[in-house]
Amino acid sequence: MQQNCIIEIRHLKFKRGLREIFKDINVCVPKGKITAIMGPSGSGKTTLLKMIGGQLQPDAGSVKVDGACVHDLARKDLFSMRKKMGMLFQSGALFSDMSVYQNVAFPLQVNTDLDAQLIRDIVLLKLQAVGLRGAVELMPTELSGGMARRVALARAIALDPEIVMYDEPFAGQDPIGMGVLVSLIKKLNQSLGHTSLIISHDIQETLSIADYIFIMADGKMIGQGTAEQIKQSSSKEVQQFINGNPDGPVPFHYPAVDLLEQLMSKDR
Amino acid sequence: MLNFLATIGHSAISKVAGFGRASIMMFHALCVWPQPKTSIPLIIVQLYNIGVKSLLIIAVSGLFIGMVLGLQGYTILVDFGSEDSVGQMVALSLVRELAPVVTALLFAGRAGSALTAEIGLMKATEQLASLEMIGVDPLRRIIAPRLWAGFISMPVLSMIFAIVGIYGGALVSIEWLGVYSGSFWSVMQSAVDFHDDILNGVIKAVVFGLAVTWVAVYQGLESIPTSEGIAQSTTRTVVYSSLLILALDFVLTALMFGDI
Repeated sequence: MQQNCIIEIRHLKFKRGLREIFKDINVCVPKGKITAIMGPSGSGKTTLLKMIGGQLQPDAGSVKVDGACVHDLARKDLFSMRKKMGMLFQSGALFSDMSVYQNVAFPLQVNTDLDAQLIRDIVLLKLQAVGLRGAVELMPTELSGGMARRVALARAIALDPEIVMYDEPFAGQDPIGMGVLVSLIKKLNQSLGHTSLIISHDIQETLSIADYIFIMADGKMIGQGTAEQIKQSSSKEVQQFINGNPDGPVPFHYPAVDLLEQLMSKDR
Repeated sequence: MLNFLATIGHSAISKVAGFGRASIMMFHALCVWPQPKTSIPLIIVQLYNIGVKSLLIIAVSGLFIGMVLGLQGYTILVDFGSEDSVGQMVALSLVRELAPVVTALLFAGRAGSALTAEIGLMKATEQLASLEMIGVDPLRRIIAPRLWAGFISMPVLSMIFAIVGIYGGALVSIEWLGVYSGSFWSVMQSAVDFHDDILNGVIKAVVFGLAVTWVAVYQGLESIPTSEGIAQSTTRTVVYSSLLILALDFVLTALMFGDI
């Protein structure tokens, strides 16, 4: 499992203000597989994706993508490295002044020398893959949230990147959209052979497609393994997370003074 | 006491750090190998958004300010029997001072605030992060064309303001108040110097354009990605750039005309 890591994170530490987001994170994302990083909201999953994409700098430790240390790269090399990556943002992040077609064509236009006819064909094929070829002329404001996410997915895979990162791909999806996205991620991974990294807290959907899963909470990894290993895990923290129990070692409440003490205090 | 000093120190450090970040942003956006094939179409789009869309407010303001100058100038000069010099007064006031300053203030309100809101919203909706992940540098794709468009459009807008203002002044002075048109234009022509007046006015406009656009794009990039954060940044753009324009105007005027 630990061999052939396309993304390798070692002893990652990161603070925001006084809050420790990552205490000591170690992750290996194997090439060509679907890896999921799961955890409760606010556990730093999206921050981890930003570290991998070089949008944030760690306080300590290293993040390597395809052997290159992301935070040591020069600005120009960092942008070159990002061309190997596709990212599906939580909000879709479509360019609001461009149509669906222009959004998907954009990475091809700026990063390749392909002629317009070939770009058109690729865009139509990518949109066909996400079921939105018919929406090619719509503007982002005319799309539903689920449709925008699918267009963003088409854009993320437009350059056939080596790594596709999905930030909460299932959040806010209706059951049909959710099912379509789950099978789409699986099919794309199998047919294009890229590495998929999913950040999610949707347990059933993620466990159904991920080859390997990391679960993080409180700035560290509390469990890892295949879907079966995670389900069978003896860790109380992992069991609390996958069963959705409010009480357990992973705190539901943000750190605060005692409720009774606060209610009875003079500052009310 | 210590806390007070610490607060002042923290504020000063963050201001200096902000200036440093703004300078680095400007350097990365402008000091790059030119790519005319991609840059020029982007600059043209921004020239339309920033320059052409500001044209109406600039022209209308220029017209009214020129008309007011003509009226005020006439009522003062007529007491000394020198109402023929009203053309000189209108032209010099506009070309040297009012055209660059008022255009820049209007530009800050119209185009500067729009730039900040646009970039702030792009940040809030992760469009800038998305560009980065596609391998496109937002400083080159988003910031640089807007900076260039600001530098280019401000002097042009300022000149349009001055021209429309002079015609506004002429309209009031000649058509309404009865100043002889020959003396209006000839006095103006002999009094206005290309280098001392027109060129210095254009230099002012370029400097103001740079200041306003720089403040606007930086505030957009640094905005907190919430609706309140964008609103605060937009307000800061208008306030900071207005103050900067007035301060720079004093410095430039002292340098250009201070030796009289």
